[in-house]
Amino acid sequence: MRAGIATEGVSFRYGRKEVLNDVGFSVERGRFAALLGPNGAGKSTLFGLLTRLFTTPEGRIEIAGQDMRKTPRAALARMGVVFQSTTLDLDLTIRQNLRYFAALHGLSGRAAEARIDAALERLAIADRAGERARGLNGGHRRRTEIARALIHDPEVLLLDEPTVGLDAAARAGITDHVHRLCADEGLTVLWATHLTDEVADTDRLIVLHEGRIHADGEAREIRGAQDLRTCFLKMTGADEASA
Amino acid sequence: MSGYWTALRAIVLREALRFVHQRERFLAALVRPLVWLLVFAAGFRAALGLSIIPPYQTYITYETYIVPGLCGMILLFNGMQSSLSLVYDRETGSMRLLLTAPLPRSWLLFCKLLGATLVGILQVYAFLAISWAFDITMPPAGYVAVLPALLIAGLMLGALGLALSSLIKQLENFAGVMNFVIFPMFFLSTALYPLWKMAESSTLLRDICAANPFTHAVELIRFALYAEANLPALGWTGLAFAAFWGLALWGYDPARGLVRRKG
Repeated sequence: MRAGIATEGVSFRYGRKEVLNDVGFSVERGRFAALLGPNGAGKSTLFGLLTRLFTTPEGRIEIAGQDMRKTPRAALARMGVVFQSTTLDLDLTIRQNLRYFAALHGLSGRAAEARIDAALERLAIADRAGERARGLNGGHRRRTEIARALIHDPEVLLLDEPTVGLDAAARAGITDHVHRLCADEGLTVLWATHLTDEVADTDRLIVLHEGRIHADGEAREIRGAQDLRTCFLKMTGADEASA
Repeated sequence: MSGYWTALRAIVLREALRFVHQRERFLAALVRPLVWLLVFAAGFRAALGLSIIPPYQTYITYETYIVPGLCGMILLFNGMQSSLSLVYDRETGSMRLLLTAPLPRSWLLFCKLLGATLVGILQVYAFLAISWAFDITMPPAGYVAVLPALLIAGLMLGALGLALSSLIKQLENFAGVMNFVIFPMFFLSTALYPLWKMAESSTLLRDICAANPFTHAVELIRFALYAEANLPALGWTGLAFAAFWGLALWGYDPARGLVRRKG
C-alpha cells in the first residue's frame, strides 16, 4: 500500500548552513505521526518543502502517492495544511474565511456551502458563522483552521506546531481532536511539535534534531522504560526543560 | 478551467472585502490626490503656464493637467500598498495559504494582482467623481475609455509592487523602498509637469522622465481621459508590465525559496 507521506534523501541549505540532511521517512496511511524536534531542528523548513512553499533539488517527497516534483498540484490537492501562525482573515466572517479557502481548492456554489455547513456543524459553531473571525478565542480559531484544512476532503493533514500560543486546556482539546479525526476519518496526519506531552504512546514518532532524523518508530518503543520527555531531552542533548 | 475561475473570483472578492473593511485606507487614498488637486494645483496654477499640447485642444488649467497624474498616483500608492500587504501576509501566513492552493503559482499571483488593481481603479473613479464635483471635467467618453488604460497602468504598477515584495526580506525594510520608489517615480514623471517644461530646466531630467514607465502610464491615462489612444505609451506601459511581471514570477519561484523560514 502506498504511504500517506514519504520523503527520501531530502536535504536543504540556507546558503552554507545545512538545515536538513538526508531526511527520509514514510508515514503509512491513516496514521498519526508526530514530528518532534526542538526549536531550530528544521521542522518548519521541512514543512515548507512538504507544502511546496519552496523546493529543493535534493531528495524526493510524495504526498498520497503523488510526487511533489512531478505532479505538485495533485499532491497539494490531497493535502490540508494548518500553519503555525494563524491564516484566518480576522476581519472576514468565519463563513467568508471558509468560502475563500474552498474556492482556492476549486469548490464553489452548493458543493462548497454543503461542506462549509458540515465543517461548522462539526465545530459546533454553525450559529456563529456570520461573526468575524476576530471574535473567536485562540482554541476556536485553531479548530476553525483545522476544519478549513479538511473542507476539500484531503487524505493528508499537515500541522506545523498548531498549539503555539494556546493554554493547556485548549492545547489538549486540539491534540485530542486531531487524534480522533485521524482514527475516525482515516486521515494521515503529520503533527510537528516541540512538546512531548502532545505525543501519544501509540503514535508514530519521528525525532528531528539539527536537521537529521534521530529516531523513527512507535513512541512507546522509542521511549522504552523512561518517559518521553526524558528520552527526548537525552536524545537532543537539551538541558532546559522543553516539555 | 473552472477551478481557475473560482479561485480568481474568490481572491478578487477577498481583496475587495479587505478594502471595504479598511475605510481609513480608502479615505487616505482619496485625501492624498485631493490635497494635491485642491491645494497644490491651486497654488501652482499662477506660477506655471502651460501651452497647448496633445491631447488638449485649448488652454487648460493646471488642475486639469494634473488629474491624470493623480490618477496614476492613486494606482502607484495602491500598487505599493498591496505589495506591502503581501510582505505582511507572508510574515503572518495568509500568503502561505494562498500559495499552497493546487493551482499554478503564476495564476495565484495574477489573481492577487488583478484584485489589487481593481481596488485601485475603484479609488480612481471615486477621485474622478470628486474632481467632477469641483468642476474639473473630462469628455463623457473619456470616463469609459480610461478604464482599460487604468487596468494596464494598474497592472504594471502592481506588478512592480509584487516584484519588490519578493525582493524585500522583512516588513521593516519596506519604508525605505517606498521612499526610493514612489517619490522618484512620481516626481520624475509627467504627472506634475509636461516633458517640455522639464527640458527647460534640464535635458537630463527630461530624459529620465521620458524613460520612467510611470510617465508612460500617466500619458496613457491622460490620452484615454480624452478618448484618445496613445500607442507609444501603451507599448511602453505594456513592456514595463511584462518586465515587472517576469521579475515578480522569478522572485516568487519556489526554487528560489522566497517564503523560506528558519525553524
